[in-house]
Amino acid sequence: MTGFALRRTLQSVVVLLGVSVAVFALVHLVDGDPVRLALGTRFDQATYDALRERSGLDQPLAVQYAQWISSAVTGDLGVSFRSGDPVTVLILERLPATLSLAGASILVALLIALPLGTVSALRPRSLLDGLGTVVSQVGISVPEFWMGIMLILLFAGTLGWFPASGYVPLSEDPAGWARSLVLPAVTTGLVSGSVLTRFTRSSVLEALGAEHVRTARAKGLGPRAVLNWHVLRNALLPLVTVTGVQLAYLLSGVVVVEIVFAWPGLGQLALQAVQARDYPVLQGAVLLFAFVFLLLNLVVDLLYTKLDPRISA
Amino acid sequence: MSAGRTGHAGRAGDAQPVLEVQDLRVELDTPRGTASIVNGLSYSVAPGETVAVVGESGSGKSVSVMALLGLLPAHARVGGRALFRGRDLLAMGEPELRQVRGDGIGMVFQDPMTSLNPVLTVGRQITEGLLAHGRVAGGRQARERAAQLLADVGLPDPRAALGRFPHELSGGMRQRVVIAIALSGDPALLIADEATTALDVTVQAQILELVDGLRAEHGTGVVWITHDLGVVAGTADRVLVLYGGRCVEDGGVDDVFERPAHPYTQGLLGALPQLHDGPGGRRSELVAIAGAPPPPTDLPPGCVFHPRCPVRGDERCALEQPPLVPVALGARPDGTAVPHRAATFHDTAPGTGGAGS
Repeated sequence: MTGFALRRTLQSVVVLLGVSVAVFALVHLVDGDPVRLALGTRFDQATYDALRERSGLDQPLAVQYAQWISSAVTGDLGVSFRSGDPVTVLILERLPATLSLAGASILVALLIALPLGTVSALRPRSLLDGLGTVVSQVGISVPEFWMGIMLILLFAGTLGWFPASGYVPLSEDPAGWARSLVLPAVTTGLVSGSVLTRFTRSSVLEALGAEHVRTARAKGLGPRAVLNWHVLRNALLPLVTVTGVQLAYLLSGVVVVEIVFAWPGLGQLALQAVQARDYPVLQGAVLLFAFVFLLLNLVVDLLYTKLDPRISA
Repeated sequence: MSAGRTGHAGRAGDAQPVLEVQDLRVELDTPRGTASIVNGLSYSVAPGETVAVVGESGSGKSVSVMALLGLLPAHARVGGRALFRGRDLLAMGEPELRQVRGDGIGMVFQDPMTSLNPVLTVGRQITEGLLAHGRVAGGRQARERAAQLLADVGLPDPRAALGRFPHELSGGMRQRVVIAIALSGDPALLIADEATTALDVTVQAQILELVDGLRAEHGTGVVWITHDLGVVAGTADRVLVLYGGRCVEDGGVDDVFERPAHPYTQGLLGALPQLHDGPGGRRSELVAIAGAPPPPTDLPPGCVFHPRCPVRGDERCALEQPPLVPVALGARPDGTAVPHRAATFHDTAPGTGGAGS
């Protein structure tokens, strides 16, 4: 177990370093001078040079990278060109909104996918299976922004049950936080849930066809015991992987939904950084997304050694 | 009901049978039409008796036993009667059948690599059956009994094996675990569906010996489904030869092997390599049966075997289905009488002479 965990962690660190090089290179390849953008239209050469020097942009790229990555390890991702705030602070400010939305979305997704996918697999070609197929196809194909707008029109506009947009911090007003969360979480949850429903269905169908299910029935187990311990327990394995990927995607900021619902998450932060050529913020955000992806994959792999005894840890 | 009987003493043919199958029929709707997989199969199994059901793949042998325990897909149509200790399995509802499965009737499947759940421990897979049938008071007692069962089937260090996962055991050991599960309810009937097919020859022999020992000890009736005639010769008292979902010949194992009456049985035995020289010092030739078994969606009229039959008979074979009738008196290996029957218009039994010569 520990050997495997250590090996996998080291692998992730190496990949993260590679990603950091790519992120740094890509951001610096993008056209546009952040110093000029920060200074506006009227400035003199001395102010320009001073800001350039203060931001370290006059150094060779390799030196800039070395400085960036060595301070990033200590949690210092530099200072925003635009606001002058530390990037770490900017990210931490956005984190609660993103975590709330991602957590609630994956919850909505699983609440849809597990029952619907399982029932569809148990009764293939039934009315419910057909309905599940249609709903998940719609969920996958309809653009998120459209779905979000429709939900706002119906539940915020006509029915007035939930606020149309905005985020209320949990620490300020738990009830308001929950209410503000419903519509964006349902929007992203429907999309992720549709993907997961298809996956649950095929995963359960495959588990149902396994020969050990017949052994379990031949033992005289009841349908519930057979389903829980010999079908769902086995179908869970591939599902964990896909759920991990979906969660990583949700945590990396769902830009479109964040904009529709004026949700102050990491996606918006990254988008604003791109528009402002705010290198430090952009680098920090992308590095964080890569980190989240690698971390979740690591967690999924370690979870696998617990769930599937065949994988030697 | 038969506990206490041991060895051949338990093989009396006139004892109340554990299982009596009467006119079993199984049909399945397929995209290519209705498949008649089992067509009027009748046999009985006495306590302590081993009945082998042999046939090629597709002859309906596996389906015929799955049907007994209601393990076929829901859209399968099953007809006839199957009396287990006097009660008709085919008339039972699912909850009633569940009480019989794994309790009165144990089942062993073909491939121990796939018939055990890979993510549950061996112990858990034995104890869940014991607990489901209320045979133990609780978890601790269930583990005790599971360890005892594993010891009974000859697993070394049974206590440690409880915590193992199937992939940590060899094929033969896994099949022993499957047998332990099948035996956990002290079954009156054990059904082994190609239980040795996926195993090495040496392991096969061990498993056959194990099951035969348990049968002798507990007086369990055994139905052994196989396509391997070597397995049949070693273990069975009686043989049923299945073709196209029908029984074409049955009788005591020696009678059927030494004096096969049906051209199909003769063909099957002729396709078996012989180690010893045939009569007259000649090496017996290996003969394959020409053609392939008919698809169950399109069974020929008359005798199901007639399109492949080497004995080119008259039109009657193509029109009329030959009934299963006695061809000789016959006996089991222990000497108790059992009729030797065959469904053919051509009683071509050589009477004397070796199989397939």
